[in-house]
Amino acid sequence: MSKVIVVTSGKGGVGKTTSAAAISAGLAKQGHKTVVIDFDVGLRNLDMIMGCERRVVFDFINVIQGDAKLKQALIKDRRLENLSVLPTSQTRDKDALTREGVGKVLDELREEFDYIVCDSPAGIERGAQLAMYYADEAVLVTNPEVSSVRDSDRMLGLLNSKTRRAEEDGAEPINAHLLLTRFDPKRSGDGEMMTVEDVLEILAIPLLGVIPESPAVLRASNEGVPVVMGDKSRAATAYEEAVARLTGEQIEIRIEGEDRPGFFQRIFGRTA
Amino acid sequence: MSMFGFNFRSRKAKSAQTAKDRLQILLAHERGTEGSGSGPDYLPLLQRDILAAIKKHVHVEGDAVDIRMEREDDISSIEINIDLLKQAARAD
Repeated sequence: MSKVIVVTSGKGGVGKTTSAAAISAGLAKQGHKTVVIDFDVGLRNLDMIMGCERRVVFDFINVIQGDAKLKQALIKDRRLENLSVLPTSQTRDKDALTREGVGKVLDELREEFDYIVCDSPAGIERGAQLAMYYADEAVLVTNPEVSSVRDSDRMLGLLNSKTRRAEEDGAEPINAHLLLTRFDPKRSGDGEMMTVEDVLEILAIPLLGVIPESPAVLRASNEGVPVVMGDKSRAATAYEEAVARLTGEQIEIRIEGEDRPGFFQRIFGRTA
Repeated sequence: MSMFGFNFRSRKAKSAQTAKDRLQILLAHERGTEGSGSGPDYLPLLQRDILAAIKKHVHVEGDAVDIRMEREDDISSIEINIDLLKQAARAD
């Protein structure tokens, strides 16, 4: 039974697309047939983060409107055979997305893929609402920062009221997980940033993972290589473990850098 | 900056340059098509026209035409595949 996972946050710039790319690549690396869909109509970016921007011909909107077949719009990743990308339109506006159209495309994708990852746009408009509407699971990407946590709380409210699972009688509610990104263990330890526990206490949903602030994330975006496909980094390991938890593995949450300061950190201590 | 034989800047400079190059190629294509409905958006229409032209002469399925585009630094290419196997199979 395939699963639809929405990667959402409310607030922009917290790492939704980076996380959607890393999670879908991680699922594909584990051998699951995975597709990642861009719901940000008019502001397409998943294609760049996945490194397939030059191969976009048809898109999600073309498929919804019947101008192209789904198989024409799907871009097969050249690095991971289990991974496909469904880009969105850069020129249409978001009214081109309809609930029926999205539902039909997702049903067709369910026949072929184990995991369907929906990369939500920021905000709570149509694109964001449709990205979450059919979801079975939600990954709430949150930074340890007041506006991001507040927006995530708002998204939790929408996940529990404005989705198919919320509307259907007897359906299990959406399984929402917290993915804390851009976490800085040192600043958190110094009391300058909320701790993982602080955020968990406020949002009260299970923790999927903690992604440390890492230069590997910008490098990944620069090169169009999802974080888990690039060189080994703390962020890549954290994403890989989050993906394993998403598929049901029990892995203890380790916060890189918190218990094991690096060589330079030990020398320079907490003066920086 | 080079120390102990390592060049600390080269790695970062390399990925930043990659980012800039990718953006320049992409934006050169996108800026030319802003709001005009042309650019990759003309491809569904092109596909329909090609299909109509082929149908005048041979019977083909509605999904027999597959169009792909590859954008490179200097040139873009459109690859058009027309699936005539279904036609041949029916003729038998």
